Parts: sequence; structure tokens; C-alpha cells
Amino acid sequence: MSTKPMKVVLVDDDEDDRMFFADALQEIELETDLQEFHNGQELLNFLNDSDLDHPQLIFLDLNMPVMNGFECLKKIRTNPKLKDLVVAIYSTSSSERDIEETFVNGANIYINKPNKFEELKKTIAQVVKRNWQYEENEMDKTNFLFRI
Amino acid sequence: MKFRLNYTPSELIQKVVAEQLNRMGVSFSFNELGQLVLDGKISGDIMAQITERLRKLGITLSEAGMNSIVGDIKNAIEELVYSEDIRKTTISVYLSNKLGYSYSYLSNLFSEETYTSIENFIILRKIEYTKRLILEEDMSLTEIAYKLDYSSVAHLSGQFKKVTGLTPTTFLRILQRRKTKNT
Repeated sequence: MSTKPMKVVLVDDDEDDRMFFADALQEIELETDLQEFHNGQELLNFLNDSDLDHPQLIFLDLNMPVMNGFECLKKIRTNPKLKDLVVAIYSTSSSERDIEETFVNGANIYINKPNKFEELKKTIAQVVKRNWQYEENEMDKTNFLFRI
Repeated sequence: MKFRLNYTPSELIQKVVAEQLNRMGVSFSFNELGQLVLDGKISGDIMAQITERLRKLGITLSEAGMNSIVGDIKNAIEELVYSEDIRKTTISVYLSNKLGYSYSYLSNLFSEETYTSIENFIILRKIEYTKRLILEEDMSLTEIAYKLDYSSVAHLSGQFKKVTGLTPTTFLRILQRRKTKNT
């Protein structure tokens, strides 16, 4: 068993959605350490300050004030220190165009925010438990696209 | 002219590692599990140099012990996915013969540590290999389905969609658009 909890970050401006997510994450059978931010700028400030301790997985909402998820994703992918982070877009949009654009701009995972708690728990578990194997293989990471 | 590169990853990696260690004058061998065995006592300084040289080539080292059985299963699966000959054997026979444990033991250990089954992991690795063949070898899905022993293109395509949530065509379009964007 892995000894260190998996570092997960959620960036979402909606307080209810953050609580819903945190509760669901806590209920899955994998130890995680969750940090929450309200917009893309807050996440970038955190990432730039924490060189050695980057999260293994970032859940990023698209529609947020100050800096939206799309801008934030572009900034992550163009920053040499951050470009390899695994980013999961976590949004209510199910537009095929939006989904493809986020992938083209470097998203690894696209998740449609589920409305039901059980569904959310299942979705998060699917992503979090799936991610481990890609941490160790740089070659696969660039081709790692996954949509739920 | 365009050429396909045919290679076995485990052999290629061993050759790369051997070249680096020979250059450093380190005495070593590879055991039957493909693990690197360093002979004699290695100082911390030399170990750091080895780690750094290999890291630059995208190769990381992890200490082998009881906890590395899962790592050995993963390596064995990697070989299985890449080798048409190995795929002719059943998975359980292949893994238990290669690693010297019963399949049920290996299977339980693997699920406990990775939260996925060996069978599912093989599917994931086959899809990763498919991606590589599409992108790097320019192979068609028909060719890949044949190479990886899928009963039909539809079966491969369906499995690809199930694992990635995307059709192979969408996947390829996204990667091509990414490439155009970055050049």
C-alpha cells in the first residue's frame, strides 16, 4: 500500500461544489490530501510557491472569476516547471467543442460534474485510482487523455 | 522514405542502462525478472550519479524487494503486451511461471495495491500501446487490431472508447491539433 496520501487540488469558485467534492473524496478508499482554491490565479500563486511539493492531480473548474480554468490550464502548460502536472477539467459544460478545446490546450482528463453524490464519488474514485500508473511513466503522460 | 521502428522496450532499456553503467565502470547484471543487480558495495555518491544519468534518459530506479512484486507484475505485463509470442500463453500461466507465485496471490496483491485488476491493467496497457502505434508508427486501427490479437477493429475501437472516453479518431485529431498548435 502507498504510504503517502495522494495530493489532490480542487479549483472551484462554488462553495457548495467544493464541499460536495471534498465529502465525496473523503469517502473513497484511498488516502488523499485535498487543497482547495477559488480561482485559477490562486492555484498559480500556490504552484509557483511550492516548487517541491506539487499535487499529483488537479481538478479545475472552467467558469471562475479572476482567472478561469481555460486560461489557467494554458498558463500551466506553458510554464516549464508546471507543464507536466496532471490536470482534470471539472466542469458542467458538456459541449463537445469545449471538451475538445480543453484537450487540445493540454487537459489530461475531462469530467462532467455529476449531480448525484454517489455518481460523483464513483467518478472521483475512477480518476484518482486511475492516475497512479501515469505518475511513473513520462512517455504515457503526454498521450494521457481520458473523458468521463 | 519512412520506416517503422520495431523494438522490444525491455531489451532496449537494458541496453541503454548497460551502456551508461559500462561507461561508469560499474559492474552489474540483469536477473531473470529484468531487475538490475549491482555487484559489490556501491557508494552513495556513485548511486546518485547512476540515478541522475538514468533519470536524464527518463529511467527511474526503485529498490526491489517484496513490495516490488507489483512492479514485477507490471514489467511482465509490459512484455506481454509487446510480445506476440507471450500473448499466446494464458495470462495466469505466464505470470505465475515468470514470477514464481500463484496467480491468485499475484492477482489479490495487485488489486490491493493498484485498485485495479491485472486483466484491467492489461487492457489499459494495450490501449496505451495502441496510442503509441497510431501516433508514432502511423499504423491503422485494422493493422493494430491484428497485431494486438483483437477479434475485430470494432472490438479494439470499442475498448479504446471505454478506456479513454474518446474514439480513436477524436483522440488522433486532438493530438494532431496539439502538435500543430505547438509548432
